Amino acid sequence: MTDLIVLKESLSELVKNVVEKHGASRAELIPILNEINRKMGYLPSYALEEVARLTQIPKSQVFSVATFYQMLSTDEMGEHVIRFCESAPCHVVGGRQVWQRLQEELHLQPGQTSPDRKWTLVTVSCLGVCGVGPVLIVDDDMYGNVTPDMIPEILARYA
Amino acid sequence: MKVFRSMVLVSSDPQSMLHGAEEVYQRFQAEIKAFGLEDEVTVSMVGDIGRHDVFPLVIIYPEAVTYGPVGVEQVRTIVEEHLYKGRVIPEYQASVRELSGRIAWLNARKGTVPAEQRIVLERAGLIDPTSIEDYILHDGYSALGKVLTEMTPMDVIGEIQKSGLKGRGGAGFPTGLKWSFVSKAKGEKKYVICNADESEPGTFKDRVILEGDPFSILEAMAIAAFAVGADEGYIYVRGEYALAQERLIHAIEQAREYGFLGKSLFGTSFSFDIHVHSGAGAYICGEETALLESIEGKRGEPRIRPPYPTTHGLWGKPTLINNVETLANVPAIIRHGAEWYRQFGTPSSPGTKVYTVLGNVNITGLIEVPMGITLREVIAIYARGMKNNRAFKLAQTGGSSGSVIPASLQDTPMDFDSYARAGVSLGSGALLICDEDTCVVDLARVLLNFFRRESCGKCTPCRVGTERAWKLLKGISEGQGALKDLEELLELSDNLYQLSNCGLGQTAGTPIRDVLKHFRAEVEAHIRLGVCPAGVCPMHEEIPASPVIA
Repeated sequence: MTDLIVLKESLSELVKNVVEKHGASRAELIPILNEINRKMGYLPSYALEEVARLTQIPKSQVFSVATFYQMLSTDEMGEHVIRFCESAPCHVVGGRQVWQRLQEELHLQPGQTSPDRKWTLVTVSCLGVCGVGPVLIVDDDMYGNVTPDMIPEILARYA
Repeated sequence: MKVFRSMVLVSSDPQSMLHGAEEVYQRFQAEIKAFGLEDEVTVSMVGDIGRHDVFPLVIIYPEAVTYGPVGVEQVRTIVEEHLYKGRVIPEYQASVRELSGRIAWLNARKGTVPAEQRIVLERAGLIDPTSIEDYILHDGYSALGKVLTEMTPMDVIGEIQKSGLKGRGGAGFPTGLKWSFVSKAKGEKKYVICNADESEPGTFKDRVILEGDPFSILEAMAIAAFAVGADEGYIYVRGEYALAQERLIHAIEQAREYGFLGKSLFGTSFSFDIHVHSGAGAYICGEETALLESIEGKRGEPRIRPPYPTTHGLWGKPTLINNVETLANVPAIIRHGAEWYRQFGTPSSPGTKVYTVLGNVNITGLIEVPMGITLREVIAIYARGMKNNRAFKLAQTGGSSGSVIPASLQDTPMDFDSYARAGVSLGSGALLICDEDTCVVDLARVLLNFFRRESCGKCTPCRVGTERAWKLLKGISEGQGALKDLEELLELSDNLYQLSNCGLGQTAGTPIRDVLKHFRAEVEAHIRLGVCPAGVCPMHEEIPASPVIA
């Protein structure tokens, strides 16, 4: 219980700093949420409530914006997040096979986090690096020209 | 300003980065220091140099010698021999014969093939994108200077109209006309917005412009602002483009410092400043009214039009919204004049077009060519033919809202009018070239999955229609299709076009319509014979991967 209070306090502090940095206006809502998401890995509901309180934007609207954009997540992610591009340019140059291998190795469906919370597997739309498809991103590392055989090696780097 | 004797440019497009460009760059810095040359030689990472067969590439100016591929182990020799002793190392040079892009245009191609013509990408890859001085040395800000000291806003709009420039975001709306609408709109406060929410699958031309030549966009926006009477601008960059955002923010700071943004530019009464606004991952925000909603801090759901942004845009004020590539044409048009611009391209679609060439071809990448080149030329000349000598089956243009172009249309000139007459669209400039091993059902399923995912959900025809169409295509690819599904798909495609609120839904049915028009037999084979002729579709239900039991 004490831990939870400490966590809430530090989260309040973080939200307060971010809101102060950007300014408590409606136009800054997305930049604010982007930054909290980047720092926390996701948007805990308590953080969203704090944003609503500090910016005077109704909670419902803060939640509605937070759930609209793909780079914002209201779910806690695993330790490492794998983003796989499922758009056509990557698909036709071998993305399909890479995706199959990825699912086989991780035993995860898109959007799922492994029970040990090590991996989250998500599919994303085009990342704009189509010249080197198929493309996947692990945390902040981009991998291009990926083949199914490279998957175990890539995953091992995060072991 | 500081003057350097030599300049080293290291390519940093994704391919080069994968081939160690970062390490090469760092080694150059270290070796230049080791030889005590840091006050004489600069080294920069410059994005996409325009050549897509050798990685990474190093260009040294003023000699304009191109080395490549350069590995970390060669850097010391290059620094010692070339930069310290002044001797070019022929055996490290990239072969001229295989060059594409600007360098080849200068060396070999003129007059023999439909050569690349770089207007938009003129500087990308050849200047240091983090240096406003380098930009100014390469004609930067001469167009804005001309506009502010010699022209009236009406002159500027007139010149853009005469040039025939059309919007490069996909719709092809005449740029000068749009500018005149905003100029005529009533209101003290107006905005100029650069739409850099480039999210069409397969399109990354805007990223290369923003990363390689960010100042050109700032200059173009200032020109546009002067023409329409705006004093504030936004660049809406998609959230995934971190480097582009970083470069823009840096460029804006430098421009302010040098007086190219802020108050009283060029000693006139004209003031203009720009903010960078990051997206957060939503394809729909490329739609201009959704983009406005997003800047205002809301869900990116398109507004109902009319009224159009030209009269009721950001916070209800008249707003000019142009795509990155469109804006990148503006300074060159002002500098050289509309007549000069019209010599490129076709009479109805003047200028050049930047394409991303992708898919089953030997060389993928970015090209800027005159409007009116054909697909056959793109594949044979720039893409160096199909990979593994497979046959060309179809191309998909302009990301997911583009058309599926069968091989039979590969000699149609690629310009707005010729493509419209052939019943296809140029879209945003992605050319996804597919070979005979591509299945049209599989491709259509992937494209519809994209729309299903990216539909904002505001209007029913799009939210429900894309989901239903995807399910039907998935069914066909799993051997569960029926012939009546094809009629339903066509009806859905028509409904999406007629009833959707915005461009996303309206174009979502295009792949279905195109595929059934040009490849119906192949689709029917999935249903009638239960086989996928290309051998791609599973033709039976996929067994879901079993989750790990903890």
